[in-house]
Amino acid sequence: MLDANPEGYTTADGRKIGGVLMEMRNITLRFGGVKAITDISFDIREGEIRAIIGPNGAGKSSMLNVISGFYVPQEGEVWFHGQRRAPMKPYEVARQGIARTFQNIALFDGMSVLDNIMTGRLTMMKTGLFSQALWWGRAQAEETEHREKVERIIDFLEIQSIRKTPVGRLPYGLKKRVELARALAAEPKLLLLDEPMAGMNVEEKEDMSRFILDVNDEFGTTIALIEHDMGVVMDLSDRVVVMDYGKKIGDGTPDEVRANQAVIDAYLGVAHD
Amino acid sequence: MVLPDQVLFAMEAALNGLLSGVMYALVALGFVLIFKASGIFNYAQGVMALFAALTLVGIQQGQVPFADLINLIPGVEVHSFGWTVPSVLAIVLTGLVMIGMALIIEALILKHLVNQPPIILFMATIGLAYFLEGLGDTMWGADIKTMDVGLPQGMSGTIDNVTNAWFGYGFYVDQLNIVATVVAAVLVALLMLFSQYSKQGRALRAVADDHQAALSVGISLRFIWVLVWSIAGFVALVAGIMWGARSGVQFSLSLIALKALPVLMLGGFTSIPGAIVGGLIIGIGEQLFEFWVGPLVGGATENWFAYVLALVFLVFRPQGLFGEKIIERV
Repeated sequence: MLDANPEGYTTADGRKIGGVLMEMRNITLRFGGVKAITDISFDIREGEIRAIIGPNGAGKSSMLNVISGFYVPQEGEVWFHGQRRAPMKPYEVARQGIARTFQNIALFDGMSVLDNIMTGRLTMMKTGLFSQALWWGRAQAEETEHREKVERIIDFLEIQSIRKTPVGRLPYGLKKRVELARALAAEPKLLLLDEPMAGMNVEEKEDMSRFILDVNDEFGTTIALIEHDMGVVMDLSDRVVVMDYGKKIGDGTPDEVRANQAVIDAYLGVAHD
Repeated sequence: MVLPDQVLFAMEAALNGLLSGVMYALVALGFVLIFKASGIFNYAQGVMALFAALTLVGIQQGQVPFADLINLIPGVEVHSFGWTVPSVLAIVLTGLVMIGMALIIEALILKHLVNQPPIILFMATIGLAYFLEGLGDTMWGADIKTMDVGLPQGMSGTIDNVTNAWFGYGFYVDQLNIVATVVAAVLVALLMLFSQYSKQGRALRAVADDHQAALSVGISLRFIWVLVWSIAGFVALVAGIMWGARSGVQFSLSLIALKALPVLMLGGFTSIPGAIVGGLIIGIGEQLFEFWVGPLVGGATENWFAYVLALVFLVFRPQGLFGEKIIERV
């Protein structure tokens, strides 16, 4: 089985998957008396596309928010790069190399597409407040360097034509793409996508799927995503975690998960005796 | 060139209005900065200007802070260190005090009120205003002080001569207002450069736009708040110097905040250019209204004109000239 091999595995299409990058151990998250997540463990391996699926209210987004530091679980441990992560603020998580997108797009509406994507590189900019004022030249050189990286991402995601447009004016599908671009700009080790294809039409979904695969392929970025569209998930991901009512009911390759009776029951409902 | 007297007087009034409008804009700027970045209407902005002015004068004259408290100890009688500090150094020191204040405000107030509705934060700034007012009095004494940092005052001879040569009538313009205009222009240019082209400026705009998204790209909200309040403190210091030099450093200085309110309603709460344009419109409007309508109603229209104008705006264009219109999607 997969977990038995600490060195990783090779996927059906021949990609090499590495060791464990992130591991969730017995995570439990409560909001007051409501348990959003109950005792869930799973891992994410380097270079893999890992999906978290489940019916509405299963706790998928909560799980993503635990990984990105927006929620702090009451129980359980988060391990990243082989080290236990102390409870930290979302911005500290971001600085560790975990970037994310949101279910209900969170972009800076007043800023241009280019500026939005540039914010993704903020954590990588070194020049401080005072040196920026004193050595204008050095700050400019750094800015240019970051601009080049950002331009490459803009080319990659095919959004050249809207670089200067304020984000607030863009249609939904493009906003989603800009959000992905901003997350990519941080050159993350782990990219979290919260329903990247929600509310898209078939064509936009195909585009987005292609981008996700390309990102993984070209930059070798590890991706964890949440998605409702089962077809998309099964095509994209290497391994799938299935959640229902805050519990893990399945974990494995898409084929294994598809054959899992508990998963079928959760999605289609169980016959009552 | 020969122009009728009435036109010349109106021009003079308009010019003076323009320049005093800059002074209003200086105060409004501080409000806009904080409101944009954190959605807080900082009621204490005017008191911050007063506090900055008091501190500046106190440092400059070598006053012992909390002298009245210290003198309560029997046998102790201190008032002054007996030295005077050069203006530039005193301004830098006061700037540092304002940064320290931003740190304290973040640690004691803002940090504990994260995710509270804006009205709660607004109430907190009202508390802050009263606290600062008392602190200023306790630290530096409640007597009226004069601000003297070497700014030129009185009638500008150049403008008098030039206009005399052109129109045969010399305009009266206060030099202090000209200085204030230059300072405000430099300040706004610096703020614009900072927010458009620096890393922190971009982070600041990001926070102003969406807190959650800002967190997700690795921006620390607390750092940005300290930064914003420091900048607002610095703007308050500049406003405090200008207004202090104009009308003395005393409690009523904090009331300039009231003049900033109509400016904000005109310009919009979220726009730096709006604060400037709003200030100018109110400055000119006030003077011209007093010039033309004042005599018909017995004068003193400056006291209420700005507020009536703001009221009209509230009815017909509540987001102001440059503010963001909030459209709720149904």
